[in-house]
Amino acid sequence: MTEKAPRTFKRLFMERFLNDWLAVVGAVIVAALFLVAVFAPVLIRHNPTTINAKDILSPPSAEYWLGTDDLGRDVFSRMVYGSRISLSVGFVAVGIATAIGLVLGALAGYFGGWIDEVIMRFVDIMLTLPTFFLILAVIAFLNPNIYNIMIVIGVTSWMGVARLVRAEFLTLKERDFVTAAKAIGVSDMGVIFRHILPNAMAPVLVSATLGVGSAILTESSLSFLGIGVQPPDASWGNILTQGKDYIELAWWLSVFPGLAILITVMGYNLLGEGLRDALDPRLYR
Amino acid sequence: MRAYILRRLIMVIPMMFGITIISFAIIHLAPGSPTQAMTDLNPNVSPESIVKLRQLYNLDDPLHVQYWLWLKKVLVLDFGDSFSQDARPVLDKILERLPITLLISVLSLIIVFTLSIPIGVLSATHQYSFFDRVASLFVFFGFSMPTFWFALLLMILFGVWLDWLPISGVVSMNHAQLSEFGKIKDYAMHLFLPVTMSGLTSLAGMSRFTRQSMLEVIRQDYVICARAKGLPERKVIYKHAMKNATLPIITLTALSIPGLIGGSVIFETIYSIPGTGQLFYQAVMGRDYPLVMGELVLMAFLTLIANLLADVSYAMVDPRIHYD
Repeated sequence: MTEKAPRTFKRLFMERFLNDWLAVVGAVIVAALFLVAVFAPVLIRHNPTTINAKDILSPPSAEYWLGTDDLGRDVFSRMVYGSRISLSVGFVAVGIATAIGLVLGALAGYFGGWIDEVIMRFVDIMLTLPTFFLILAVIAFLNPNIYNIMIVIGVTSWMGVARLVRAEFLTLKERDFVTAAKAIGVSDMGVIFRHILPNAMAPVLVSATLGVGSAILTESSLSFLGIGVQPPDASWGNILTQGKDYIELAWWLSVFPGLAILITVMGYNLLGEGLRDALDPRLYR
Repeated sequence: MRAYILRRLIMVIPMMFGITIISFAIIHLAPGSPTQAMTDLNPNVSPESIVKLRQLYNLDDPLHVQYWLWLKKVLVLDFGDSFSQDARPVLDKILERLPITLLISVLSLIIVFTLSIPIGVLSATHQYSFFDRVASLFVFFGFSMPTFWFALLLMILFGVWLDWLPISGVVSMNHAQLSEFGKIKDYAMHLFLPVTMSGLTSLAGMSRFTRQSMLEVIRQDYVICARAKGLPERKVIYKHAMKNATLPIITLTALSIPGLIGGSVIFETIYSIPGTGQLFYQAVMGRDYPLVMGELVLMAFLTLIANLLADVSYAMVDPRIHYD
């Protein structure tokens, strides 16, 4: 068995992770969706934007797996393409949030003093503003397109990361390897980004994974309200919005996009929780 | 204690400044401002409203003058008049709709408490039992559920197919003719779905948190001591352990308030509840800038006050904390 193999961190991590079947389910969902988004053109049988007047609102069938919408467009194809939009909003928004959170958290934790004070008060203020109101207010002033949505979600969701990174820096900066790096003359920026940051990445990875799920939820809520991704671009949220007017005639228009959002967000949450448990060094004995 | 409350009160002032500065920055995303390139193409903004906007927020003055003039008005809660047809003061429009939103938020917080604490405690005392697994599954669903979708499906299920509950508004058409009891029942029927849906995510989070907190507490020495001196298990759990495990919930409640307020936009829109959330949604869709700004600032202030109350009550309830 594995007794002879060296018990490296990577090995321990893989063992723990693969033993956690919920985490594996999460990873499979995330990977599968990624493949769907990449190979979208190969997976579909109908063009997602082709309007088909004679097949309006037809229920799921062998021809249209998930039925058609009010313009006779194939819901399955639209959802497959929608995965590209929903996933890219999730990833870019989280990328922005993580970048802001990393930099501010690192500066606050490393320098301490008034820099820390200012940054953390800023975090407190951002946490006080009802995020969804803030996002809607910004969207009211801007044009609601996919890029603005990504930016706005990113800019309003970095506070958790900043707090995490700051906490990591507070303990890491006292460690010997940091003193050593400073002693041989590495600059502050070098210490922060080359020496400390790589050691603080585990919790950031976890929070980013969970963040993708919640960014997808936020995007879909915005699209549901009609202020998110605009037609003719299809996101799961706006397919659902178009569907809600026909909910009594055509349940498939509302049920499937919602399920897709639920399963996707669940996948990221399961993966994130699994990563957290598998990366937690306190659990290794 | 008094010193702590005072210090906490003073901290509110810079926080308010911060909130107004961020909100003020948002105004500058408006058409005709330095970020024009991004908003130029916005077809929803009429030239007249741009002119009104420039006047209202003095956008032709230097930045610090603009901010000062705006701040002076905000401090007396003067947010100007709405851009919509009625042109009424923003504050009036918000205040008349605030009670129903607060009612829904408070009711859903009460439901969250009465359900999540028992769920969390039972999950912790029966860790890995069947109940715990079902509860964990529910928590996962609660976190991942697009609640607006779930709310929509339930509305169709209970409101249309089963026809058990009314699907929109707060009262029925014949509300005035109902008896006292009938009126209360009428409210309850209308508010049932909005209240449950707006509490769903918090319910998941709070159950999870109580379970975690309880798991930590029941391993503490004083709990072992309570058992060792022969107290019945019921007393150990519900009297000794639970008190400490549930204290941090006060803080968590304060943290969940922005989420509740934000969620009100979605639920009030879906269930046609005439509250501040629906008003905000209409303001955003109609590009009614004074109303958008007024609600943003007012809601942030309300959250700030709720946070303050939570911190102070935490300090009063927890005798281990000394703040001087």
